[in-house]
Amino acid sequence: MAEINRRTMVGLLGTAPLVGGLLVHAQTPDPTSDSAPRFKNISSRQRIRERYFPNLILTTHTGKKVRFYDDLVKDKIVVFNFMYAKCEGICMPITMNLRKVQDLLGDRMGRDIFMYSFTLKPEEDTPSKLAHYAHMHKVKPGWTFLTGSPADIETIRRKLGFVDPDPEVDKVKSNHIGVIKYGNEPIERWGGCPAMSKAPWIVKTLSWVDWPKDMKKNGGAS
Amino acid sequence: MAYISKRNRRREKEKQIAANNRRELIAAGFRRRDLLKMGLLTSAGLLIPKKGLSAHPVTRSGFVLDDDEPNSPDTTPFVENMPRLQVLQPQPVASLGPPPTKLPNPAAGEARTEPHQAFDQFPPQRYYHMSEQLGSVSMAPPGELPLQPIWGFAPIVNGVIGNAVTPGPMIVERYGPLGVPQQGSVLLRLRNNLPANNGGFGLPSTTTHLHNGHTPLESDGFPCFFKERGQFYDHHYPNVYAGINSTHPGTGDIKEAMHTLWYHDHRIDHTAENTYKGLAGTYMLFNEFDTGDENTGFKLPSFGDGQNPLTSFDIYMVFNDKVFDNETGLLKFDLFNTDGILGDKFLVNGKIQPVLHVSPRRYRFRWLNTGPSRFYQMFLLGPNNSTKSFWQISTDGNLMEKPVQVNSSRFSVAERVDVIVDFTNDAGKTFFIENRLQQDDGRGPDGDVLGAGQGDKILKIVVDGPVVPDNSINPALITQFYGFPNTADAPRITRTFRFERGNGQWQVNGQLVGDCADPNDIRFAIKRNSVEKWIFQNNSGGWQHPIHMHFEEFQTLSINGQAPRNSGLIERGRKDVFRLEHNMEAVVYFRFRDFIGKFPLHCHNVVHEDHAMMVLGRINDVGDNKTQP
Repeated sequence: MAEINRRTMVGLLGTAPLVGGLLVHAQTPDPTSDSAPRFKNISSRQRIRERYFPNLILTTHTGKKVRFYDDLVKDKIVVFNFMYAKCEGICMPITMNLRKVQDLLGDRMGRDIFMYSFTLKPEEDTPSKLAHYAHMHKVKPGWTFLTGSPADIETIRRKLGFVDPDPEVDKVKSNHIGVIKYGNEPIERWGGCPAMSKAPWIVKTLSWVDWPKDMKKNGGAS
Repeated sequence: MAYISKRNRRREKEKQIAANNRRELIAAGFRRRDLLKMGLLTSAGLLIPKKGLSAHPVTRSGFVLDDDEPNSPDTTPFVENMPRLQVLQPQPVASLGPPPTKLPNPAAGEARTEPHQAFDQFPPQRYYHMSEQLGSVSMAPPGELPLQPIWGFAPIVNGVIGNAVTPGPMIVERYGPLGVPQQGSVLLRLRNNLPANNGGFGLPSTTTHLHNGHTPLESDGFPCFFKERGQFYDHHYPNVYAGINSTHPGTGDIKEAMHTLWYHDHRIDHTAENTYKGLAGTYMLFNEFDTGDENTGFKLPSFGDGQNPLTSFDIYMVFNDKVFDNETGLLKFDLFNTDGILGDKFLVNGKIQPVLHVSPRRYRFRWLNTGPSRFYQMFLLGPNNSTKSFWQISTDGNLMEKPVQVNSSRFSVAERVDVIVDFTNDAGKTFFIENRLQQDDGRGPDGDVLGAGQGDKILKIVVDGPVVPDNSINPALITQFYGFPNTADAPRITRTFRFERGNGQWQVNGQLVGDCADPNDIRFAIKRNSVEKWIFQNNSGGWQHPIHMHFEEFQTLSINGQAPRNSGLIERGRKDVFRLEHNMEAVVYFRFRDFIGKFPLHCHNVVHEDHAMMVLGRINDVGDNKTQP
């Protein structure tokens, strides 16, 4: 099994030094310089947090209470998807596919890369049912199944865009399991891809949001 | 129970009120024109943003559940002048360091992986040089919005890097004279100097597509041929007519001439955010017929230097719609949207609702919609809600058989429309370019066309310029441009492409885009110098898709069994984007000539594009027989 460690992933990015002696003097835009006084100087990271990651309390498949932003998202590379334990359709192959992704990510899983599967049926998916599902799929540390109050799960589903604009289509739970969303929270890189993409391709897409070589892990530019 | 702050409680309450209001409005069957009458719409055409009637819940898509946030901050329309796009200066190839090479030059930092296939045949005569980098631009009247951090294109001339702008600098080129095609060949070197910090959205990894040049495919901007920060990519644009190495050796087919193009980022999975952040620019091509000089050739209004209002009457207008964060005033992008994103601010050449002053004479406007997801149907609104007609002369930058007088032009993302507007008898009058196509969510318009004055006024045009000579021809007198290439040759194969959705995910023929670095995911092969017939299908009544094919222009043979229209909304003509509307099936005719390599066929609603609505194919000398790739 190919293990991809952090170094390899950074290597995938293939960054090369500036050539030809061209140096960019990055202009740092000053949001206040156009005299628009009523606007607040809030970081884009903070705005993303406010917009998409309400700090709701959820329960993991091991029964632990966690906060969505503080405990699950902050400072991490994350992968989100939605599922439910009794799903007969494509849930099974998707979970198996994400298991392959988990294997390919090797020891980075649970270190700085985390996978979160939210149930679409919080009414029936208790932590123990999710634990059983996780056990059945031989899920390793770093991959957490989550349930919570139906209202909170619904909020997160909508915030993360696992929705269909047609209300009738939206009602059908299986319409929300074909996609994963992923991102690197501190460096504000986000994306999505089909959950049934080949596992190595999903790993490649994750490499695009990996920590840049010249950027500290906390998101500050070097 | 999660902790909810007081502020959030208030927001929750407002959200609830908004939802109730919305339900009532929808239950009562109100449509947009009703809301207009009731004074519930802003001048920008959106629901009034404050206190419980946000546009976001109504848009359903767009900003998903962002309905606790108001719309973009208010801006004053029609204050700022519409910028004329700056023209990028070409430079002698000998001055380019490191010198361009046929083989990729990774040692020098080039990201290209395939050799230039037509470098020897069409050696570049001059080059253009730009850097993709952070810029700081004003999009609104002074004091109304902060300067916006954008990713734009900065000209590099004599080694000096200018400021990044969006739209990027315009490349104005010319086909080589008939029989001397080499003279049109140029090289574009693009450097990725983007910052690691993206300021909230954008992936600093890019590939640039020249939409829609007849370009050897290693230079075309394949979605996986991307360059990372610090790298560069040499694009070789021979600027030759299709047929140059096949049906019309040595000259190419003049009927394949293209005039209005654009370049834009095409990074796999991240095109929407990167183009929204500014990585798009314009490109035009003249020749000895469409000369840029109204005294010669087809006598279309002069381009001049593109800047001087007294001599430049051929004006490129880049339309896009954006949303700004009400708290910070900065551009915002809906990170997790997969349906399509609508803005509530309308920009032309980088300014929100600007003004253009013109002289009483004829103008050529080149209209481009860079998205991300909105479709436009543009009208010229005149005094007393009158509608001024104009002449459409091209579809996607390709001249039609002859000009057609129309009242409006519809164009979805990436489509271009060139029009001639005659202001000769309009001195002192004011007009607006008005979008009357109703669209409430990112899925596509619902087909409703609003009445005069009820749409979104995007550009104000004031005919108060000095009287200047007009030597351009009256479009009514043009009986033929080039004519269209024939569509009589038998296709080698007919292929069907079904654009659809499954499990909340975009698909083409039930499949995902796959891995663009994996040869197994290059799903079909076209035989070089062959003819193919393609059928585009959209079985949905909810979604519309602008379908774009790289490298070659097609002609539409039929739409839902009918011949394409040549009046009203023009459907006939050479195009590279097919507007696949609700429950539509179209048959199009392609001729793939001269060059080989990999290409994408994809939806140009860039949000759909980024979520797998793409098929990868290649042109080679074998081809395959897959009828549903």
